[in-house]
Amino acid sequence: MQVSIALNGATSEHEVEPRLLLVHYLRDVAGLTGTNVGCDTSSCGACTVLLDGMSVKSCTVLAVQADGRAVTTIEGLATNGELHPMQAAFREHHGLQCGFCTPGMVLAAVSLAAEGGAGDEAAVREGLEGNLCRCTGYQNIVAAVLDGANGNGVRS
Amino acid sequence: MTAVMGTVMGTSLRRKEDPRLLTGEARFVDDLVLPGARWLAMVRSPEAHARITAIDATAALDTPGVEAVLTGKELREAWTQPMPCAWPVTDDMKNPVHFPVAVDEACYVGDIVAVVVASSRYAARDGAEAVDVTYERLPAVVDLEDALSDRVLVHEGLGTNRSYTWTLAPDPPAVDRAFAGAAHTVRARYVQQRLIPEAMEPRGVAVVPQPVGGEIVLYSSTQIPHILRVMVGLTLGIPEQKVRIIAPAVGGGFGSKLNVYAEELIAVALARRLGGPVRWTEERRENAVATIQGRGQIQDIELAADADGKVTAVRVQILADMGAYLQLVTPGIPLLGAFLYHGVYAIPAYSFECTGVFTTKTPTDAYRGAGRPEASYAIERAMDEMAHEIGLAPDEIRRRNYIQPEQFPYASPAGLTFDSGDYEPTLDRALELVGYEGIRKEQADRRASGSTRHLGVGMATYVEMCGLAPSRVLASLNYVAGGWESATVRLLPTGKAQVVSGTTPHGQGHETCWSMIVADKFGIDPDDVEVLHSDTAVSPLGLDTYGSRSLAVGGVAVELAAQKVLDKARLIAAHQMEANEDDLEFVGGAFQVKGSPASAVPIQALAFEAFTAHNLPDGMEPNLAEQVTFDPPNFVFPFGTHAAVVEVDEETGEIRLLDYAAVDDCGNQVNPMIVAGQLHGGIVQGIAQALWEEAVYDEDGQLLNATLVDYLVPTAAELPNFKLDHTVTPSPTNSLGVKGVGEAGTIGSAPTIINAVVDALSHLGIRDVTMPATPQRVWKLIEEAKAR
Repeated sequence: MQVSIALNGATSEHEVEPRLLLVHYLRDVAGLTGTNVGCDTSSCGACTVLLDGMSVKSCTVLAVQADGRAVTTIEGLATNGELHPMQAAFREHHGLQCGFCTPGMVLAAVSLAAEGGAGDEAAVREGLEGNLCRCTGYQNIVAAVLDGANGNGVRS
Repeated sequence: MTAVMGTVMGTSLRRKEDPRLLTGEARFVDDLVLPGARWLAMVRSPEAHARITAIDATAALDTPGVEAVLTGKELREAWTQPMPCAWPVTDDMKNPVHFPVAVDEACYVGDIVAVVVASSRYAARDGAEAVDVTYERLPAVVDLEDALSDRVLVHEGLGTNRSYTWTLAPDPPAVDRAFAGAAHTVRARYVQQRLIPEAMEPRGVAVVPQPVGGEIVLYSSTQIPHILRVMVGLTLGIPEQKVRIIAPAVGGGFGSKLNVYAEELIAVALARRLGGPVRWTEERRENAVATIQGRGQIQDIELAADADGKVTAVRVQILADMGAYLQLVTPGIPLLGAFLYHGVYAIPAYSFECTGVFTTKTPTDAYRGAGRPEASYAIERAMDEMAHEIGLAPDEIRRRNYIQPEQFPYASPAGLTFDSGDYEPTLDRALELVGYEGIRKEQADRRASGSTRHLGVGMATYVEMCGLAPSRVLASLNYVAGGWESATVRLLPTGKAQVVSGTTPHGQGHETCWSMIVADKFGIDPDDVEVLHSDTAVSPLGLDTYGSRSLAVGGVAVELAAQKVLDKARLIAAHQMEANEDDLEFVGGAFQVKGSPASAVPIQALAFEAFTAHNLPDGMEPNLAEQVTFDPPNFVFPFGTHAAVVEVDEETGEIRLLDYAAVDDCGNQVNPMIVAGQLHGGIVQGIAQALWEEAVYDEDGQLLNATLVDYLVPTAAELPNFKLDHTVTPSPTNSLGVKGVGEAGTIGSAPTIINAVVDALSHLGIRDVTMPATPQRVWKLIEEAKAR
């Protein structure tokens, strides 16, 4: 099947198998390997991307379901050589160690902040429940998201 | 940022690694673009123990994209040696022959029985599902004591399931005397459940063979490219110089990538056979059974104490689960704790014995802390038991037994020399951080009021031996390799610095920290330092990253190499300034005649002079480049006290973690931000063992919780913020005064949590809770206690 996706602001058109997962489209077809795969049960959130601005786990979406829609991956977040405020906040607060969960975590945080769900520590902890990190113990991630949401101007 | 000499170390410099990880530029193995690479999929045994009677690949070979299916028999000639175990702990240790692909018999769920080669990731998976294997089921053996009885043999040819018994008993009569004369004794059994490491990046392997000449490049998600190179050479009979190993970005390890895995060897063998690149990426469910698991021990511990609560002897017997085979360091893992069962206490009489036993389960091996969390757990739980027995508060019994600061260097009863320590201040501070007195009062108030929400406070003081390791000590433990680490430091023609390290980071921030060490030494900007690592062609000498060794061994090597560079630069400066080298001082990145800033020659200028070699002292070699191999004279012994406050709901058995404080001492800190990050993550892994995680096997040897849906890796929502503080007791045995911190959090946290849970329930007559302290388990204990 033919899909046309607005991928990080540019049109991405390919012929794909109907069963192809969006995450494999991104990684293997579009060559955007920043989106990682950490599990096979939609538990870890490493593959989180933005679909029309909302976070989704791209292992639970078929590429054909993204047809005609906008997808933002971690590669599309920094602009003009500047880190997005959420990316910058993760660095500032040491919110990453090995970095494997980080692209998904950052995009989940961007979506959470945009939804107004990053108001306080408890909200951030609940809001990031779908994204696992094995390195940081989450404390610095939570601090980063609170700060990044603020820097983004959407923290209420 | 402009660095002034001596001002970089000890700061929370933001990490150099972060930009590429935050933008998706970092390349993990599965991210590599390898045109034409075939994909591999492993056909794994669904049985815990079975004879392989037939493998029918017809349907698999009919699957579109599938090129080949290879069985253990067909690949048998590919291996010149079985899978390696580098730690034969005793001379008579039983080590079953283990090939990457099982030949006749599968001995655990996940054992590889065939390999599918296909044109794509999906086709390889389709092919693996279509391979029809006929098994003749054999009995499984899961329970450790059952396994020790030899009722069911895992490997019939061995005649026993006992792999080894290893003893450390310097003076058995002294132990007997201490118990015979004791005013108080306690005896306890603790179970260290099996844990699944669950690094967020599953393992991945890619092999690119050269078309002519036999050279291969193996990309692997590994902690140990250097050790792997030796083992790939030996196991496959490939000359070592033809093997290049690259560990690209590696997404966490925690010990689980400190191994030589079947898939690495299979991929190399098939790439050579097919004459083209092959690749394999592990799936998460596969990871649960195909990557090693951690812990898996039954611990019997006894303490003897005098009437004053001074503990006089400790006697320990361990039954350790090897799983079905010995992986790289499987048998040695419990022995990394063997020396630490007296903990932080001056206990004179010591006896330890460990028996390793085979079961029909995934092999165990190193998982964060590796033997030391188990030791710390047993002694810290037993000390609480002894306190209860005598009627002392848990902090009081600890104070009465700590090794005192003036006793360092401390000759331990197990034969180690503890480098430095001052334990009691960490206890004082941890208790202060959780408001210990206030919690005790609230606990009493709640109990008096008949509340069903029981409050508990627990503490644990730990010490660990890390910085693995003095090579001679490893020799005495029968480990086949050394424990040194290598570093090369160069000043490049333009005055920038280059570090080549033998350590292999996978989240620890070595690029940042090694840059800080060198920047501090040379008075240059950390951004002007390049750090190369994790590729055997770039960094040929190294022993990699595990056991909290990277800073205490590898970082020290970097410092020593940088010092040698600086010493040589001083000679060049003295020569060119026509001054006596003793009359020079190094200030702000430049040599000058003492007290004469006008004479200053910056280190960058000296780097260029060394490069051009136009005007060097007679006989001096050009360039500023020094290599150091540092073999530590001793282990380092980090320590600390953790304290936790929990609330246990009597109605549901649910445990809420209300407060957690950790006061750790890892000696001098290069980067406090990174130290805190290591502690946060480590603490959570220990809390997870205490409360949530367990690899659950049924009696048939089936892992019941292989997915992340069922295996409870904690999320942000279950955890509080931790209160951290530290003391600084430098190690006197290395030039940086550093210890290690990668495993400390995990070692301190599990006993802290369970001590708090038991404290909450002690007035009900409950003396122990088995890990993980799930609501169901806790609720049942409470119901049983009430019925008594």
